[in-house]
This record gives sequence, C-alpha cells and structure tokens, in this order.
Amino acid sequence: MNPAPVRPAGLAGRLSLTAGRVALVAIPLAILALFFVLPVSGMVARGLWVEGRFDVVGVQEVLARPRVHRVLWFTLWSSGAATACSIALGIPVAYVCYRLAFPGRRVLRAVVLVPFVLPSVVVGVAFRQLLAGPLAFLGVDASAAVIVAALTFFNIAVVVRTVGSAWESLDRRPGEAAAALGASPSQVLRTVTLPALRPAILASASVVFLFCATAFGVVLMLGGLRYATVETEIYLLTTNLLDLRAAAALSLLQLLIVTALLLGVRRLDLTPTATQERAPAPPGRVSRNDLPALSVAVVAAALVMAPVLTLVVGSLRSSGEWSLVNYRTLTGGAEVGGISVVNALVTSLRVAVDATWLSLGLGLAVAVAVSRPSRTRRERTTRSLLDGLFALPLGVSAVTVGFGFLITLDQPPLDLRDHPLLVPVAQALVALPLVVRTLAPVLAGIDVRRRQAAASLGANPWQASWVVEWPVLRRPLAAAAGFAFAVSLGEFGATSFLARDERPTLPVVIFRLLGQPGELNYGTAMAAAVLLAGVTAAVVVAVEQIEGRSATRGAGLR
Amino acid sequence: MSALALDDVTVSYDGVRAVAEVSLALPRGEVLAVLGPSGCGKSTLLRAIAGLELLESGRVLFDGADLARVPTYRRGFAMMFQDGQLFSHLSVAANVAYPLRLRATPRAQAARRVSELLDLVGLPGYDRRDPATLSGGERQRVALARALAGDPRLLLLDEPLSALDGPLRERLATELRAILQATGTTAMCVTHDHDEAYSLADRLAVMRAGRVIQEGPIASVWRAPVDTETALFLGYARVLADKAAMTFRERVPIDALRATGDGGPRSAATRPAPAIALRRSALSVADRGPLSGTVTSARATPEVVRLIVEIAGIGEVDAVAPLRRRGASGVVEAGPAVGAEVHLAVDTTRLAVISTSLD
Repeated sequence: MNPAPVRPAGLAGRLSLTAGRVALVAIPLAILALFFVLPVSGMVARGLWVEGRFDVVGVQEVLARPRVHRVLWFTLWSSGAATACSIALGIPVAYVCYRLAFPGRRVLRAVVLVPFVLPSVVVGVAFRQLLAGPLAFLGVDASAAVIVAALTFFNIAVVVRTVGSAWESLDRRPGEAAAALGASPSQVLRTVTLPALRPAILASASVVFLFCATAFGVVLMLGGLRYATVETEIYLLTTNLLDLRAAAALSLLQLLIVTALLLGVRRLDLTPTATQERAPAPPGRVSRNDLPALSVAVVAAALVMAPVLTLVVGSLRSSGEWSLVNYRTLTGGAEVGGISVVNALVTSLRVAVDATWLSLGLGLAVAVAVSRPSRTRRERTTRSLLDGLFALPLGVSAVTVGFGFLITLDQPPLDLRDHPLLVPVAQALVALPLVVRTLAPVLAGIDVRRRQAAASLGANPWQASWVVEWPVLRRPLAAAAGFAFAVSLGEFGATSFLARDERPTLPVVIFRLLGQPGELNYGTAMAAAVLLAGVTAAVVVAVEQIEGRSATRGAGLR
Repeated sequence: MSALALDDVTVSYDGVRAVAEVSLALPRGEVLAVLGPSGCGKSTLLRAIAGLELLESGRVLFDGADLARVPTYRRGFAMMFQDGQLFSHLSVAANVAYPLRLRATPRAQAARRVSELLDLVGLPGYDRRDPATLSGGERQRVALARALAGDPRLLLLDEPLSALDGPLRERLATELRAILQATGTTAMCVTHDHDEAYSLADRLAVMRAGRVIQEGPIASVWRAPVDTETALFLGYARVLADKAAMTFRERVPIDALRATGDGGPRSAATRPAPAIALRRSALSVADRGPLSGTVTSARATPEVVRLIVEIAGIGEVDAVAPLRRRGASGVVEAGPAVGAEVHLAVDTTRLAVISTSLD
C-alpha cells in the first residue's frame, strides 16, 4: 500500500478546516471593527485631535475640571455601593431560590430575576414615580440613594443567577465531609461553601460593577444634571453642551477604566476547580436556620416589587382617581411627532428580531472561536485576546457607540445612517457580550474527546456538532436569544442617537413623553412603560418555559 | 457494650426503602465492613449513621445514647469519602488541621498533630502541597489523616479505596488496617470489594436490597455464607445445589465438611447441607483424588492453569492445575489440555456449606 495519495487529501482537508476557522473569527472581527472600533475611535479622535495634532493639554484641562472629578467620584461611589448591596442581598436570595424547596419558589425566582431585563427607561419611570409618590418626603436629596437602589434593583438578578446556579450544582460532599468532621452549619458555610462560591461571587460582583458604572437610562432619568455618572455626563456633554472634546476625554477615561477592570477580573482565577464527578444535593426543606436568609429574600422581593407596583398603580390613575385613560392614549392622543406608543412598540419588536439574529450569529461564531481548545501558547493568547475584545462592548459607553455611529458612518462609502439595520447592529453589539458569556462556557465545558469519538465513528464536522454540541447548546441558545431580544427591546443609550425621528423605538418614545409637559403625557409614559415591561417579561418568561420543559425532558431520558 | 448500635434502621427515598430494618452492633475498637453490590443501600446506611440522612424509623445509638436529635457535626464521628473530598482551596496541612481549627486547638499544638498524622499516613513533608497536585492514593492518605485528626469516636469509610487501582489498593488496605489498629479507632467501612473488606475488617455484614443478610466475625461469615448469592458475592466461584451437592458429599469425606461448617450463625451441623460453595482453588488436579472428570476449558494465568472440569453426576466445576508438573512417568509436562481426563483433590478449607438455601 502506498500512503502517498492519501497525504494531499489530508492536507487539503486541514487547509479547508483552517479556512473555516479563519472565517469564523474574521467575520465577527470585521463587524466589530466596522461597527465598534471605528465609531468609538472616531468619536474619541474627533475630540482629541485638534487641527491634526493630539491635544494633550485639552485632555488635561478636561480631566482637571472639578465637575469631572465629582462625576468620576459619583460613578465609583454609586457603582461600588450598588454592587455591595446587590451582593449582600443577592447571596441570601440565591440560597433561598436555589437551595430551598418551598411552594412559591418559582414565583420568587421570577420576581427577582425579571428586573434584570426590564428596560432602563421603565425602571427610571418606576423609581421616579416612587420618589414622587410614596417616598416624596425624602425630597430631591434622596436622588443619589434612589440611584443606588435602582441599580441594585437591576443587578440583584445577576448575583442571584450566577451565584445561585453555582450553588445549585455545588458538590454536597465537601460540606458533608466538613460536617462529619465537626463543623456546624455556619462553620460549613464560612469554611467550605463560601470559598467554593468565591469564583461565582467575584465574577458577579465585577459584572455588576461594570453594569452599574456604565448604566445610562436610569441614572439619566433619576439623576439628571445634578447626579451624573461618566456615562450620562458623556451624553450631556455631547447633546446639551456640544463639548465634544470633553465627551471624548471622558469616553477615553471610561474605556481605560473598563479595560483595566476587565483585565483585573481576568487575573482573578474565576474558573471553578474541575471535579470529575459532582454530587449536587437536591433543594432541602426549610428549617429554622434558614430564617435570616428568608427574611432577606422577603426584603429583596419587596425592594423589587415596590417600584413595579407603584408604576402599575400610577399608570392606572388619572386626576386622582382610577382610570384607564392613560392606556386609551397608547394608540394615539398623546403622541410624539405623530408616533403613537403602539407604533413605537411595533418598531421596537421589528428591530429586536433583527438585533437578536445578528447577535446570536455573531455570538455563536465568537463563542465557538474562543472555546476551541488551544494547542499552542500563541493560540491560547490569541483566544484570550479575542475573548477580551468581544467583552469590551459590555463596558464601553453605549452613548459613545451611538454617537460614534452618527459621526463615522455618515459619508460614502459608509453612509449607513438610513440603513434599516443600523439600529439592530448597534443593539446586537450591546447584547453580544451577554450572548458570548452565555454560550462560551457551555461550549468550553464539552469534553473534546466526545467530538473525537464522533469523528472516529465517521461523523463529519457538521454531523459531529449536531450530535455533540447541538443538544447541549440548545437551551443556552434559547436563553441567549431571550436575553438579546430583551436587551434590544430596552436598549436606550445607543438607540437614542440612532433611531430616526419618524421611526423611534418604544424606550425613546417613553423618554420623550417624559420630557413633554402635561399630566396626560406623564400618565401615557407610565402606561407605555408598563406595556414595555410586560412585553419584555413575557419574552423572558416564555424562554424560561422552553428551558424548563427541555430540562425535564432531559431528566426523563436519564 | 457495643460502641455503635443500629436498631431496626429504615431509610426511604420517595417511599422506596433504601435501607430496611437494619440492626447491627459494633464493639469499641473493632472495624466493621459492610459489603454489598452497588445500590444495595450500604452508602445510605453509612450516611444515616453520620446523620446525613433522616431515618424513617429505628434508632442509631452510640454508647447507648440515641442520636436522633444530634446533628452530624455534634456526633463526634468523621467520614472519609470515596474520592477524599479534600477542600481544594486549602493546602494539605490546612486540610488535616481543619477539624483541629474547628475545635480552636492552639496553633503550635495543631501543627504538631498535623505533622504526626502526615507521618502516620506516610506523607511527611507534604504540608504545603496543593491537593490538586496529589495522586489518588496520596489524596486518600490525606483524607484519612484529616479524618483521624479530630480523634473521632467512630470513623465512617465510604468505599475508601475503590477509586484506586490494583496493587496500590492492596498496599493501602494493609496500611489502613495497621493505622486503624495502631490508633484503636472504631470504624465502619462500606465496600463492594470482598478483598478490601477482608483485609480491613474484624467483622463483616453482607447487605443486599437494603437488608443485612448476614453478619458476624469476618472468618465465620466467610466460612459459612448464608445463601448462594452471598457465597457468590464473597468470591466463591460456584455453588453446587441439590443433586450435584448430594453427589459431591457422597464422594468427599463428610467429616471434613462438618468441620468447616461450625462458625456461622446458622451452623451447617444442625441441618443437612443442601448446597456447597466452592472457591476456584478448592479443587486441584492431582495424581489421585475423590473426584475425576473431563477438562472442558483450560486458561493459563501467570500462576496456575484455571480449568473447568465436567464431572459425571455433579456437572461443571472450577479447578486449578500447576502450570507445569511432573507426570506419572517422571517427565515435566504442561498443565492439562481440553479433553484430558483428570483426578481432583479437595481442599476442604476452601469450600463452604450453605445450610439455608432451601428457605
């Protein structure tokens, strides 16, 4: 037998495989370059290059302004406080939601998790209503505290989800070993359980801090001019004061801080130690020891329910009595530039569908590229660089992206300002890190040998993916789709720049309604916020249902 | 008085009984092995003793005191898991010192005890190692040191050596036995491996489908398994029943059988023995012997030739032959081949009489 004829075929096969991999990375990279790097750098350059020269003095001047110091300090302070609150409330709630069995557990879980996907304008309206109504006695000075509360409201869900699912799949045996060695429940918690949850806690804390530091809609609506964070300050400088240089300097500052934070998180060892076999415990019965955790859960549920209830009640009242008038005007009546709320909702849904398939396609490609096992050190470095690069939109001001789109994609050959996919692309980039974060760990968790086994049995790469990856990926894909859809429905930062006046999305319309005088406009804004919240929550709950159903089917097969 | 006593212990999962009406007693300083196939409820029993499972009924007593209301961490036991369950965020020394830290032992004293224990388990100088860098055997040694650190009243071992492979397992079993004896530890060990049970324990309880089938000093359980299934699980190769057993007894001297069947809880001497359990090496090829038959299968191993021999009136039995032997003519020849007629000698210490298989 002569092996020579085999060799070229093998080489060709390897070449096409490599070509496939290159395409897998190149396409998302190109899109990221065109729609993220170009706009952001364009925006930054616009402010920093004066007459073709880098304007160092100008940057220094901006960074020396007392207001910039105040803004920076408030950003760090409010984000830190909200992160601490989210962790303090989130850990006990995670325990209650994921480790205890009691009637109403699913409902409690939904109540704490849904806020994360609520559009920021909705939350803004809700907390505003809270501050105007039940908490009016606190006065305007409470704004800062209310901002922290609102950020916490959003982000408890991140902590509960991350820590809870880690807790749910935690091997029960180390804890049992400790108990058998004489450790009391609180000692087990302190010396075994919390150290085992440390990666999940740190990971959620860093993500929450990022979300808080770059939150836009809520802070803008609650803080206004007085309590600005770097993100809202960029918006105010860009749109109100037209001080592009200062905005660019702040964008750059934010980019640096976020990059440093992402790199710092990467240095922490957040990968849980691999155990060959885990024996997770089923949720336990409620005992007297669980009282502290249960009471925290009740407080958290109240914190989450209060603004939502206030919003719903507010939307149902007009001129001091119960009325549906605010809802009747949704189809017309209180209009912004001739656009009714229902029109805007249709636009939002259309845009969200496009944003969802865009971010799923991109996210899947990126997740596959970064989760393939690396054979050489260079491959590993490249992979982790890519991973970090695609995480950047998580921390970069959506305002910067949005404004960057406007000023860089407005002339031939790239005049995309009127392209119907412009808004979906921007929203897809905002959702991209979430999609990648949902899919990549799942793909990385698949044992390579399973693919190899499939290949050795004669499966081509597509068939191997179908039998190995697809079954594992189906549920996370549904979850990622739901997330992307919800993010797109609520996206406000970038969309506020990019949505065309005759086709605004619902969050934009709500924001504009709030800016117009009159009780009816305010009431309509509240009704629209309830509508948007309802649609978003419905999408997320539907996705959870799909997830839950396929979960039980999987269990049945086992 | 027994240190540990189980009184009609029953544990159920969703109405299915994993452990059913188990009663056992374990004297102080002895080691009890609970032997059973996987899924027989032996691990559940161990967890129930540790307080990790709720009893449906029955009592767990230690020194006569009912432990029903005593939580796991106040029982003063220690449990060693199949894969060690070392705390991966702590060093080897910190793992071993864990029970001492819980008791707020002064630092210097704890350090001394840790190095004593690491010496005891044969890992001196391993203090600063990360558990992730240890081999399976080393991990189990650390787990043992950690379990012994708090001077437990009772050590519970859940398949302590099952995760290890052949030769290492044998060596560690011997060491573990020596350490348990040296420290005078009362211990209970569940395993599915009869060799492991034999090398570790003083007493043996055989479990099947949630029930204890037989219990007693290890040698007597071995000599007189209570039924066919138990005999096979204890490593007997074949059980002859009914006519085959009768024929066997007619040809093999009856006194020898009586002599072996005296130690078990239900002695063979009290009733006619209807079944005979044979270990592989009970029958061996000899120049003359009470049995003879035709070889139907021969398989060479490094030490002996394993045969299956068809004996008229008895059927197939297992037997061994030396790899090479001096034949009647004085010439060295290989072991018997398929089809050969052979005589078999009987080693009565390697067979057991089962008295209750008619039940």
